[in-house]
Amino acid sequence: MTRWAMVADLRRCVGCQTCTAACKHANATPPGVQWRRVLDMEVGEFPAVKRVFVPVGCMHCEDPPCMHVCPSTATRKRADGIVTIDYDLCIGCAYCAVACPYQARYKVDAAEFAYGEAMPNEEARHSEKRIGVATKCTFCSERIDAGLAKGLKPGVDPEATPACVNSCIAQALHFGDADDPKSNISGLLAENQFFRMHEELGTGPGFYYLWDRK
Amino acid sequence: MSRPVTTFGARPWIQQHWDARAAGNFMLGGSGAGLLVAAPLAGGSPLLQALGLAMIAAGLAAVWLEIGRKLRAAHVFFNPRTSWMSRESLAALVVFGLGITSLGVRGTILDVPLALAGLLFLFCQARILFASKGIPAWRAPQVVPLVMLTGLVEGAGIALLFGDAAALVGLFGLALLARALAWSRYRMALRQPAAAAALESSGKLLMQLGTLLPVALLLLSSLAPESAWIAGLAAAITGWRLKFALVTRAAYNQGFSLPHLPIR
Repeated sequence: MTRWAMVADLRRCVGCQTCTAACKHANATPPGVQWRRVLDMEVGEFPAVKRVFVPVGCMHCEDPPCMHVCPSTATRKRADGIVTIDYDLCIGCAYCAVACPYQARYKVDAAEFAYGEAMPNEEARHSEKRIGVATKCTFCSERIDAGLAKGLKPGVDPEATPACVNSCIAQALHFGDADDPKSNISGLLAENQFFRMHEELGTGPGFYYLWDRK
Repeated sequence: MSRPVTTFGARPWIQQHWDARAAGNFMLGGSGAGLLVAAPLAGGSPLLQALGLAMIAAGLAAVWLEIGRKLRAAHVFFNPRTSWMSRESLAALVVFGLGITSLGVRGTILDVPLALAGLLFLFCQARILFASKGIPAWRAPQVVPLVMLTGLVEGAGIALLFGDAAALVGLFGLALLARALAWSRYRMALRQPAAAAALESSGKLLMQLGTLLPVALLLLSSLAPESAWIAGLAAAITGWRLKFALVTRAAYNQGFSLPHLPIR
């Protein structure tokens, strides 16, 4: 089986938000919607203060609470672990948004553009399908599927890899098959100590955070 | 011995997805379902049943106003296998089917099935909140008896406005005490300080104006019969206030937390 997952190396992330910008560019999300965002956390007290940058978004959970609560079956999980939303089925009740422990879901009730009036590029990429429904990170599933169809390897070949991972200037973000012991991310997980966000909730996030060497 | 886990992270904030319209479904729907349960004990009054159905309908209409794709509302029935929202909608169909039939046949034969359907609807509402894993104040198991009992108290309380049959007063009194117990247990289980603070004033009102006052008024009702409906109204209003706060003000997410900081 394949289980697509993402790895964020917290030691490497510099909080440049390039992944956020790349995601917005790749997915044409409206203002205020960030399927990939990077938290800027300041911890400790002066002088022992640390700054940590934490990429977050949909964790593509093994047992997604958003899918279970969805009354319309719009939210589903593919065999490869990617959690999807069918915009034609979604009723925009936002139950998934309150069920998600990662604040990964957005709902926009009216078309919004960066400068009020839609610019030509925004108009060209605007989709009415996304108005009034839940949206979130797709792990760039279209890129993955198109890449696989061409015989490419997601996480290795940029054309088949999520935009945020491709754009990362520090190689903090990685993507690959967690079920393949020889994959790039399996190697990283074997060599490093990691955690997953809110693991105690039992959702089985497909997003791993590296924090130290083994 | 395990080391206590220290977490670092972005602080929780209130969810912005469900507002007063969603709260309205829990307030009106809960009271309406409670009325259907209380109606047989009040002599099976068709008026109470009609009012219960109207309140449930108003609650569902309120939440319908909140959904983003209103013309697709029928899709809500698609996932009864796992979604309590789908189950609530199906329970509502049963409630309205039985309720309208009951009002049409003008007998008491459907009173108990209708009351059971109301109870089922109430249970689904409580489970909707419990299934919301993103909101710690909702996912506490103690929320289920709390939401069910607030609905029952509100329904019985509203029924007291129309009459004070002994069985109805008995249900009201029992539900009132059970709700106070459920609130205490819920409050003790609440681990999130911000949510606890958001519910504090509503909880105090629930205990003082919504429990102690009605109990005192019920004890006085043999001397002053009108005190029963005041008790019912006080219990209902404080229940609504608590649920409104629970849905709109105590609904903090859990933010983000890191059990470890990166070692650079």
